[in-house]
Amino acid sequence: MARMKFLCDAERCIECNGCVTACKQENEVPWGVNRRRVVTLNDGVPGEKSISVACMHCSDAPCMAVCPVDCFYKTEEGVVLHDKDMCIGCGYCFYACPFGAPQFPQAGAFGMRGKMDKCTFCAGGPEKDNSKEEFAKYGSNRLAQGKLPACAEMCSTKALLGGDGDVIADIFRNRALKRGKGAEVWGWGTAYGKPDNPQQQAPKGAKS
Amino acid sequence: MINARKIMVAGVALAALATVAGCGEKEQVIVYQQGKYQGKTDTKPADNDPGSSLYTTSKWTKGDKAGWEAALKSRNQNQNEYTRAN
Repeated sequence: MARMKFLCDAERCIECNGCVTACKQENEVPWGVNRRRVVTLNDGVPGEKSISVACMHCSDAPCMAVCPVDCFYKTEEGVVLHDKDMCIGCGYCFYACPFGAPQFPQAGAFGMRGKMDKCTFCAGGPEKDNSKEEFAKYGSNRLAQGKLPACAEMCSTKALLGGDGDVIADIFRNRALKRGKGAEVWGWGTAYGKPDNPQQQAPKGAKS
Repeated sequence: MINARKIMVAGVALAALATVAGCGEKEQVIVYQQGKYQGKTDTKPADNDPGSSLYTTSKWTKGDKAGWEAALKSRNQNQNEYTRAN
């Protein structure tokens, strides 16, 4: 198996924030922390592009490199996880991450950071799989249930793909090959491909 | 006489070793090794029984990594609408 990866198709993302909602609901993420966020470029301008961003589970993760207590680890599936029992909330990982993935709940007084929280690729953490302790600290462990991350599985336009890197790359490649190009760089045809027979007309009398 | 000399040579050698030992530089940055870190160990997803999960469609036998991977790969195809709708 290749490494687990996310891939967001900017042509398809409609900024619905369904992935953000799915993540928060699935993992019961605390207020103030968004493990996943939708970023829009040129918002409001025709041709705007949105992309859903969370932890990219880097192959050479900078958060792992800078952690002074070595609380990060990488699973066999390539998912970057951390041990909240060891985390000291220093915030180095937050500064090191180019995606702003590690975040700190600030519920306490004096802007206290608390234990770092990040996307787990719905793979839980270093507790007994699908136990109460694991859910409380890290959220749902869907991989142990044979499922994929909730954000990707819930995406209505299938803009966000998540899973085995090889498989989702094949899905995306197949999709990209069916797209238009040139003047049709954005819009329905680009995102969903062209119809097999463009000359085909809707039958008369039928609802459009 | 010979014994005293031997002891003296050994003592000098030990003193020399102790002196240069301070010159060695110990790695202070934690180097991550695959599968080893300072926290708790984690179990592998394939080591779970799929029957214990709610609403799962994936099937594999407990501990069967290849089976778990195959189940996930087939589930991955649910994200491919070219195989779902067309």
